[in-house]
Amino acid sequence: MPSFARHALMLGPLLLFLALAYALPFLGVLEWSVTLPRPGLGQYRTALSDPLVLSVFLRTLRICLTVTALSLVGGYVIALLWVRGGPLTRALTELCILIPFWISVLTRAFGWLALLSTKGIINVWLERLGLISDPLALVRNEFGVVVGMTHYLIPFAVFPIASAMRGLDERVLMAARGMGAGRARLFWTVFLPMTVSGVLGAALLVFVFALGFFVTPAILGGGRSVMVAELIYLNIFQIPNWGLAAAISVILMAAVGLLGVVMLRVIRPAGLR
Amino acid sequence: MATARRAAEIGAEGIGKMFGPFAALTDVSLKVGRGEFLTLLGPSGSGKTTFLMILSGFERPTAGRLTLDGRDVTATPAEARAFGMVFQGYALFPHMTAAQNIAFPLRVQKRSETEIRRRVEQMVEMVGLAGHAHKRPAGLSGGQQQRVALARALAYEPPVLLLDEPFSALDKNLRGQMQDEVRRLHRETGTTFIFVTHDQSEALALSSRVAIFDHGRLQQIAPPREVYERPANRFVAEFLGDINLLPLEGAEGGVALATARCEGHAVRVADAGRAPSGLLAVRPEYMRLCPLRPVDGNALPVRVADITYLGAQSRLALRTPGGTPLTLQLATADLPAGLGPDSALWVGWPEDRGFFL
Ligand SMILES: Nc1ncnc2c1ncn2[C@@H]1O[C@H](COP(=O)(O)OP(=O)(O)OP(=O)(O)O)[C@@H](O)[C@H]1O
Ligand SMILES: [Mg+2]
Repeated sequence: MPSFARHALMLGPLLLFLALAYALPFLGVLEWSVTLPRPGLGQYRTALSDPLVLSVFLRTLRICLTVTALSLVGGYVIALLWVRGGPLTRALTELCILIPFWISVLTRAFGWLALLSTKGIINVWLERLGLISDPLALVRNEFGVVVGMTHYLIPFAVFPIASAMRGLDERVLMAARGMGAGRARLFWTVFLPMTVSGVLGAALLVFVFALGFFVTPAILGGGRSVMVAELIYLNIFQIPNWGLAAAISVILMAAVGLLGVVMLRVIRPAGLR
Repeated sequence: MATARRAAEIGAEGIGKMFGPFAALTDVSLKVGRGEFLTLLGPSGSGKTTFLMILSGFERPTAGRLTLDGRDVTATPAEARAFGMVFQGYALFPHMTAAQNIAFPLRVQKRSETEIRRRVEQMVEMVGLAGHAHKRPAGLSGGQQQRVALARALAYEPPVLLLDEPFSALDKNLRGQMQDEVRRLHRETGTTFIFVTHDQSEALALSSRVAIFDHGRLQQIAPPREVYERPANRFVAEFLGDINLLPLEGAEGGVALATARCEGHAVRVADAGRAPSGLLAVRPEYMRLCPLRPVDGNALPVRVADITYLGAQSRLALRTPGGTPLTLQLATADLPAGLGPDSALWVGWPEDRGFFL
């Protein structure tokens, strides 16, 4: 049997499952977006012109970019410790990456709430130490959302970056050192450029994940820093305006799909090859 | 080329390297002269790469001392020694063009833009890469990448150039071409070259001296002709090319002339360079086949055990009546007619072509 046919046969059930579980419901959502409450593109017009919806889009973009940038920097440092640290550093880093992985996103969000809220550990201690008189607003705002999301997404940045670092030929680094390159030059002109594919892959992965975040912003944003996913939820269960929710969903889906295509076609990040 | 002024002299005194309980190098002492071309040769795992890593500063020896032009550099890190190094597999920067690769060490040394441009151009020219300088390593052939690696290592005029099996990935033709190139570069730059190879003919062809390693010990360091014709011990003799070893009895005499018996036949050894011992070594190329006992020189009766056809050459496996195996290689065209397994013949060799081990 030609390998294409064999692959198709093996992947067949999976594709069927994906079609049933995702594509069909999505077609339903697509239908709502152009039929509720009446046929037409009215909901898309609203979604792209209503100041409230636009401000949520803008906030989502801002938060996602910030989270991506922070996750990349943090993820790069962690990957560096993980791949190039001594045996003890390696083991500890691995634990620190894996343990949060085993804890649900909800638990983690509440954990941050316990740390950051006005009656949270950080504010209480700062007050006791006399460093502040009024509690800092660390949560129920974009700051809290960014902290919680970055914490959740950093491992997703670590994996592609670490994989790029692992693929690096040790002798290339030795060659640079042998020619007299110091640590700073080694990092900026050799190590970083050679792992940039991993960074790009991580950036797309984290950004795409961040776009659809729901639980973390809902809890740590406290209804004030609403992101797109929460806006969809509100339009279904609270307002309700299913047509608008569907239109926003389709727009979000289109954005994610576009980035997915970019990820696979243009960049081919090291971690996802 | 004005590089010769910077060529360095290297000294290793009693270098040892332990990896845990395993001794990768034991008591290696040698001196490499200014502008010399030294080849490190030895079987796999004999410590060649380890020794090169210690010379370059990527590994610290666990015993002994290294000197560079008389200064102790044992504790100097690789980036401060700044020896040129050509790694196996080239280790080019994949994200830089050939020209940028070559410019890298010059940028490290903060040379001026104009000087860098001039020097890169000069190096590109020297290794014959004109027209390829703008390409990344992925777009270059194996031999071209090799040349970029050489140019990069030579661009900043390092005092020493270390090359670790640089040609192992190349096919035979390209290999020969690159060997010529390296020899020319050595002549033109006058830099001290230390070259690691598995290939003994490469070692003999390129170097001014060959250092032979086995099990982390230096067995012999001498010019190519000497290691081949006057090996220091049995390992070196057997490692380089083919050798026939004859057990001797009653050896007596001196360095200039010795006599002995081999399976009852008188054997004379002239100019052996060493006191007589119980083992005589003769390179097969100095032995010849004779249908009858030759009148001059040494000779032993043999029977043919096997003939292997190798194309232009044929290899004969022979056996003396006493059971000593001998090999002989000769042009297929020179094989005596009617020669086959069990044919009885004589093997002769000149008195001054044997040496004691
Ligand atoms: N980092 C290390 N840890 C433990 N043992 C090592 C290490 N590096 C080398 N060795 C051992 O030291 C010995 C010498 O290795 P080395 O690489 O110097 O051999 P080599 O002569 O270069 O061999 P080859 O011709 O196969 O490249 C080997 O037995 C090897 O297993
Ligand atoms: Mg080696």
